[in-house]
Amino acid sequence: MTTKKEKTPLFGPKEKRLLWDPINDNNPVTVQVLGVCSALAVTSLVYKSVVMAIAVIFVVAFSNLITSLVRNYIPSQVRMIAQLVIIATLVTIVELVLKANNYAIWKELSVFIGLIITNCIVMGRLEAFAMSNSPWRSFLDGIGNGLGYGVILIIVGVVRELFGKGTLFAGSPIQLNIIGKSNDLVKYWIDTSGGAMSWYTNNGLLALPVSSLFLIGIIIWVQRSRNKKLVDIS
Amino acid sequence: MHNTTGYIIKFTVALTVLAGLALSGMFYATEPAAKRNEEVFNKRAILSSIASHLDKPLAQMSDEEVLQIFKDKMEQKVVNTKGDIIEGAIAEKISMKAESKKNEADMELPIFTYKGKDGNINIISIYGNGLWDKIWGYIALKDDNKTIVGAAFDHAGETPGLGAEIKDNPTFPASFIGKTIFDGDTYTSVKVVKKVTDPKHQVDGIGGATLTSDGVSEMMVRGIKYYLPYFQKHKK
Repeated sequence: MTTKKEKTPLFGPKEKRLLWDPINDNNPVTVQVLGVCSALAVTSLVYKSVVMAIAVIFVVAFSNLITSLVRNYIPSQVRMIAQLVIIATLVTIVELVLKANNYAIWKELSVFIGLIITNCIVMGRLEAFAMSNSPWRSFLDGIGNGLGYGVILIIVGVVRELFGKGTLFAGSPIQLNIIGKSNDLVKYWIDTSGGAMSWYTNNGLLALPVSSLFLIGIIIWVQRSRNKKLVDIS
Repeated sequence: MHNTTGYIIKFTVALTVLAGLALSGMFYATEPAAKRNEEVFNKRAILSSIASHLDKPLAQMSDEEVLQIFKDKMEQKVVNTKGDIIEGAIAEKISMKAESKKNEADMELPIFTYKGKDGNINIISIYGNGLWDKIWGYIALKDDNKTIVGAAFDHAGETPGLGAEIKDNPTFPASFIGKTIFDGDTYTSVKVVKKVTDPKHQVDGIGGATLTSDGVSEMMVRGIKYYLPYFQKHKK
């Protein structure tokens, strides 16, 4: 191995791809089909999806970073257990911080924050990327994959909350009632008697976790019909 | 060199110690805030049963204001199922989950009395089973301990959109307001039914959530019954 020092830009095209690829072409949820379990469970409200996405981005990014920093010191026999210790520590930190700062949402997400430990995306990135790449790139890869997961979560969350509950960001300080009898926004623009789409009855199916399976299926369908690269991946 | 047993042991010990230190440090740093949040959260849950009798919407109240209400306007007592007041016990410390496992004779039940602009309101705590998991609630009664002036329910795992509506749909707890738990001197409680025939003692159930509605109904009958001896002894 030559030790010729090659100057690489801090944020060149390769780094850009690390961030962008998992959001689109190599999305952990829709292409790799990882982390679907929590995507079904926490997407009933947008606010919950956003908090969960931030938690996962933090955990993937920093576990990637830490694992990459110590990758040359980890004995291969205890590789996985060492990665798990790092992930579990970070997840517990997230849980403690959330409990101290936003108790209500911690209560809502309850067990699913702890279950980030078992989220295949995290462990998968450590094994596939962080164990063999530099810390900075691993960190970006972590952010990219967390974002890829988060984007899907938020799309599903928006659809489920909007049509299942008629609101957006319920539970947060900026709750908006969008459709149904008591909407805040549209009634001032379109009609003054009861609000736009006041005839709409909330779709109970969308409040159930099973609806996110359909929604993720539709997202996969749309993505594959637009992006031919993904079709013959097998 | 990285594969010797000695190195592996050293590595795992170092990693565990570091992770342990990081976590215990984090725990001590966040514990006071988490404890306070939990206290405020529970107090908000109690206040949500008398939301319409508060001076200000609960959602707009800061944590300090919630704590202030409990300091200034809330009186707490603990009673047993014989109707006696248990001296020295603190209502807030009572866990209904733990009480529900005891024999009826040993139960200790919290009563919060809110002294607000609408006179004294007694808030009692009830606990029961929904379809999937536990459900619980706070029932606010007028000073005569007969008329319901507010209610709030919560659940551990009811289905969103169906059973979870006992908490998420504000019209369900609001439908209890104005009902009475006595018919003359006979205890009737307030039941959740499919079709209301007796509007004084019944409320409409939630469509598609019959079993959760039945759970609420059963909880209302049994939960309030524990308090009856106390109501009887302290009649005004």
